[in-house]
Amino acid sequence: MHMADALLSPAVGVTMWAASAGAIAYCSAKVRSELDDRKAPLMGVLGAFLFAAQMINFTIPATGSSGHLGGGLLLAILLGPCAAFLTIASVLVVQALFFADGGLLALGCNIFNMGFFPAFITYPFVYKKILGSNPDQKRLTMATLIAAVVGLQLGSFSVVLETLFSGISALPFTTFALLMQPIHLAIGIVEGFVTVAVVSFVYKARPEIMHGAMEVRPIGNHPVRNVLLAFLAAAILTGGGVSWFASKDPDGLEWAIARVTGKEELQGPEHGLHGALAAIQEKSAFLPDYSFKKPVEPKNKGENPAIEKKKEAEGNLGTSIAGIVGTLMTLALAFFSGFLLKKRNKAA
Amino acid sequence: MLSIDGVLLDFKRLDSLATGDSAIHRLDPRAKVLVTFVFIVTVVSFGKYELTAMVPFFIFPAVIIGLGNLPAGYIARKIALLCPFALVVAIFNPVFDREVLVQLGPLGITGGWISCASIVVRAALTVGAAIILLAVTGFPAICRALERLGMPAAFAVQLLFLYRYIFVLTEEGGRASRARALRSFGNKGLGMKTYGSLLGHLLLRTWLRAERIHMAMLARGFTGEFHTRHEFRFGRREHLFLLCWSTLFITLRLQNASQLLGSLVTGISR
Repeated sequence: MHMADALLSPAVGVTMWAASAGAIAYCSAKVRSELDDRKAPLMGVLGAFLFAAQMINFTIPATGSSGHLGGGLLLAILLGPCAAFLTIASVLVVQALFFADGGLLALGCNIFNMGFFPAFITYPFVYKKILGSNPDQKRLTMATLIAAVVGLQLGSFSVVLETLFSGISALPFTTFALLMQPIHLAIGIVEGFVTVAVVSFVYKARPEIMHGAMEVRPIGNHPVRNVLLAFLAAAILTGGGVSWFASKDPDGLEWAIARVTGKEELQGPEHGLHGALAAIQEKSAFLPDYSFKKPVEPKNKGENPAIEKKKEAEGNLGTSIAGIVGTLMTLALAFFSGFLLKKRNKAA
Repeated sequence: MLSIDGVLLDFKRLDSLATGDSAIHRLDPRAKVLVTFVFIVTVVSFGKYELTAMVPFFIFPAVIIGLGNLPAGYIARKIALLCPFALVVAIFNPVFDREVLVQLGPLGITGGWISCASIVVRAALTVGAAIILLAVTGFPAICRALERLGMPAAFAVQLLFLYRYIFVLTEEGGRASRARALRSFGNKGLGMKTYGSLLGHLLLRTWLRAERIHMAMLARGFTGEFHTRHEFRFGRREHLFLLCWSTLFITLRLQNASQLLGSLVTGISR
């Protein structure tokens, strides 16, 4: 479920970064203020535990395939929402850097998809609600299972939306959603059962841990609403800011393309703004060399929108060859320079 | 997934690259983090059909690998291992997008294939940038750089704690998992039932460890801050590094260098 950099547009990536950074700031402040300082090492080590646990697989009965723990819900149950969110976020940072799971720009999306939903949506609004005030084994199982499924459905749906808004993948919305949601239903059920198994084991072996976890002051509507509002504000602010900035980018062509290749249903509201800004920056293009690209745009504007995709390589054999030759040469040059530097380094 | 020990070994190897000592390693981590960020944002800001314009960006990983004295083959392999994942998503593009965009003699290349290739190139560039950043900076230094750039201190402490115990716990998890595998002939016993209690045990041991760590911290007067050996300074070299690379990336973003070079060599221009 890790969202990848390659599928992301900067506007979506930066917006989600801002949202996740906001949540991290909020949670850090919260954890700092309510801390009992025992929690700092506990969060750290539990993060490492989650990391290790994700590497251990088990066989899923009747399918022969194997699965592993995701762990967002487990951490929320053990640590409470804010500490759990920070812990999941830190695990994702490590995965992004060491295993290139997702990527650095997609980190914001991933933290949001895999941390925010279990910690701030399903834990308080599903798990806690079903568990009620006097939990028993049956309720615990139900609550955990449903919370895990809902959390993964939300997370995977959010991946679909982020991919869609980025417009890099050509997958239509319904196809992608129909692909993602059932898979994550299965993953969610497995995740639910695993979490139940671990939680009930801990409950039997060291009930005081679970009691402690359940007594974590149930978060009322107040802080959650704050978080949600902060998110919304951050998303709107950066979304607006980023698209403004992106539109002023001297290459208005991309925006034109994004508009025309079937994204207008979604970006409808931005349509006018981007169009206007693209027109302004077209007039104020400051690189004279850049004008050699310009004829493409007006020419294509009148034609069938689908043809507008053609870009610089618009079916012209000559430019295509020039492009391919140039690409190969640049690639060779890039690697050669690296090689040279390395040699020189060794000699020195 | 590969064997846990294999993953762990790989993990340690990547981690140990950061102990290198080159001009790039010695730069203030903040400069490297910022340059990587500019790199990734400029790369992903390309439209979905742009392929040739993205290729010149390979200069950045190539130069840093060269200057930082990193094992090029190892890093290339790590990047190549991740490309199939990008391909899984990208492969749908040719299916849904059949508009022919480039005519090479009899061969028509559809927009789907171009955007598919573009996704793979994007993935290679962004994944490469992340791995290289880690290899020339090291995880603790990146955390510290992010903290100086405004990341909350509590989160930085969390990251550093996690990093400190990740190796310990992964080894422990690996041992437990190997023991389970050795005892489960014919794969009986690798199912959910043992998995639950295996993880439960690991969790309990983790919990006890955290309690011990907390006591040790108290005994040593831990105040919530980790200290480092190096103090980095954002000096002239850092400013230069940041400025040069950012200018290059933005220029390459605005100018299709591949196309220019190609026209120059083949003498064909629009």
